[in-house]
Amino acid sequence: MAWFTRDKPAVKRGDGEKRVRTEGLWLKCERCGQIVWRKALEDNFQVCPKCGHHGRLDARTRLAMLFDEGKFEEFDQGLASTDPLAFVDSKKYSDRLAASQAATQLRDAIISGGGKLNGRRVYVCAMELKFVGGSMGTVVGEVITRAIERSIQHTVPLIIVSASGGARMQEGAISLMQMAKISAALMRLDEARIPYISVLTDPTTGGVTASFAMLGDLNVAEPGAQIGFAGPRVIEQTIRQKLPAGFQTSEFLLQHGFLDALVKRADLKNYLSKALDFFLLPAEQNAGQDSQKNRVTRAS
Amino acid sequence: MADSPDPETIAAATNPTWERVLLARHPKRPHSADYISRVFTGFSELHGDRFFGDDAAVMGGFAFLDARPVMVIGQEKGRDTKQKLHRNFGMPKPEGYRKALRLMRLAEKFQRPIVTFLDTVGAYPGIDAEERGQAEAIANNLREMSRLGVPVVTVVIGEGGSGGALGLGIANRVYMLENAYYSVISPESCAAIIYRDSGRAAEAAQALRLTAQDLERLQLIDGIIEEPAEGAQTDPNRAAEFVKETIQRAVAELAPLTSKELIDDRYNKFRRMGNFFAEGQGA
Repeated sequence: MAWFTRDKPAVKRGDGEKRVRTEGLWLKCERCGQIVWRKALEDNFQVCPKCGHHGRLDARTRLAMLFDEGKFEEFDQGLASTDPLAFVDSKKYSDRLAASQAATQLRDAIISGGGKLNGRRVYVCAMELKFVGGSMGTVVGEVITRAIERSIQHTVPLIIVSASGGARMQEGAISLMQMAKISAALMRLDEARIPYISVLTDPTTGGVTASFAMLGDLNVAEPGAQIGFAGPRVIEQTIRQKLPAGFQTSEFLLQHGFLDALVKRADLKNYLSKALDFFLLPAEQNAGQDSQKNRVTRAS
Repeated sequence: MADSPDPETIAAATNPTWERVLLARHPKRPHSADYISRVFTGFSELHGDRFFGDDAAVMGGFAFLDARPVMVIGQEKGRDTKQKLHRNFGMPKPEGYRKALRLMRLAEKFQRPIVTFLDTVGAYPGIDAEERGQAEAIANNLREMSRLGVPVVTVVIGEGGSGGALGLGIANRVYMLENAYYSVISPESCAAIIYRDSGRAAEAAQALRLTAQDLERLQLIDGIIEEPAEGAQTDPNRAAEFVKETIQRAVAELAPLTSKELIDDRYNKFRRMGNFFAEGQGA
C-alpha cells in the first residue's frame, strides 16, 4: 500500500530520449581526464588546454591550420579506389570505402593542398585517420606521388602530415608497392633539391613510417604521438614480454635519433616557415648582407 | 607453424593459395644460400653495416655470374635450429638493411650489377629493431635503391613478407618463383586483424591475392620462374638452373643501358604500379 497515489498520469518521456543531451558539449581529456569544453578544444586544434595533450586532428582542419587564412586549393580530390582485389573480410571493402567516404566527405585517406604558408607557396598533404584507419592504398600512393611531381614541376616545397595505420591490407601487394612508388618519387625530389618536411602525428606506423614519413629532409613529430614500424601487439607476441612505458612514442624516437625535433601543434606553422627559410632564403642575398656588414664593421 | 600440420593440410586441400604459402615455407625449400651457391661461383660474403653490427639474416657478398662480377644479397632463414637462431629466422634488423645498402653502393661504385633474393616472413618486430630505426632503415633503402645507377634484379624465392622484403626489392626486374608469395601483411597477421583469429590465415591468404600469379596479373612483377615438379624443394639444382637462366637474361638485357636509363627504367616501372583508381570530380 503506497503512501501517496498519483492523480495524473506520469509525464511521458519521448521515445529513447531519457535525459537531457549534454554529450558533445563537454569532452573528457584522454590524458589528464579533466572535463574540457568542446569548443575550447576545437579552438585549440584538439590540444587539451589543461594539460597540452595533442588529440587527433582531421586532415581538413590540419590544412586550414597550416595555410594562411585557412585557404587552399585542393588537388586530385576525385581519385577513388576501384577495389582491385574485390577484397572481402567481415565486410566488403567496397562497403567499407563507401562508409568512410560518407563519414569523411573524402574519396580516400588524404587531402592534397596547395597555398601559402606565411606568404610562401607550399604544397601540403595531410592524411585522414578516420578513412579506413588512414591506411595507404593505391589512391593515397598516387595522390602523394602526384604532389611530389607537382613540387618538382613548380619548384615548390612539400610538407606531408602523416597519420596512418600503414599500408592498406585490403589492396594487398598494390598497397605495398605504393611505398616503393612514393620513395622513388622522393628520390627525384631530393635530386631536385626541393625541401620536403615530414610531420609525423599520432599514430604513424607500418608502411607509412617505413617509407615517406621517415624520408624528410626534416622529420618532425608532435609530442606524445605513437610512431613505429611493427605494431605493439606484434612485438609483444614476438618477444613474449610487456613493452616498456613510452616505447614507440615521438619522445622515444627523438631519444634514439630518428626525429629532428618535437614540435607542438601551436608552433608547427611557424616552425615549418622557419625551416623553409633555412632551406630557401636566397644564399647570395645573405652573403651580400654579411659582406656588407663586415665592411661596415671593418670601416668603424 | 609447421609443428601442427593438421588444420593447415586440411585448409591446403581446398585452398590452392594456402597450398602455395605452405610451399613457400616448406622446411626443405631452397633458401638464398642454396641459390647463391648454385647460381654463382666464387661467392665471398661481406659482413657488417659499419655502424652497429652484422645481421646474419641478410647475406651478401661478391660473386660471379659465369664470368660477370656481381653483388649478391639475400635474406637467409637458416636450415637447422642453430642456423635459424643465428639467422634470426631470416627476419632482418635495421643493420641488415644498412649492410645491404652499403654493399649495393659498393657495387654501384664499380659498376657491378646487383642481384637480390627475397625470402623473409617480415622485418624483425622487436624492441631493439625499433630502437635502431627499422622503419628508417627500410624507407632509406626504398629511396636509395631507386637511384642506383647499375642493373638490379630481384627474385622472390619464398616469402615476400611486406616492407621487410621490399627493403631489398627496388629492382629493374622483379621475378617470383612459381610458389613464392609477396604480400603487404602476413596471412596470420591479416587474419588476426580481420577475423580476430590468426588461425584463419588460409582464408586471409586467399583474400590478399599474394601468389606469383596474382602479382603478375596485377602487373606488380615482371615474370614468374617455373619450379620443378612438386616445388623447388623436390629438385633444388633444377630450380637454381631456372633462376640462373632468368637472372642471366635480365642482366644481359640491362647491361647495355646507361646509369640514367637504368634509374629511369626502375622509376617508371614502380611509378606505374597500382593504377587502380577512378578519376572523379571530387567528393
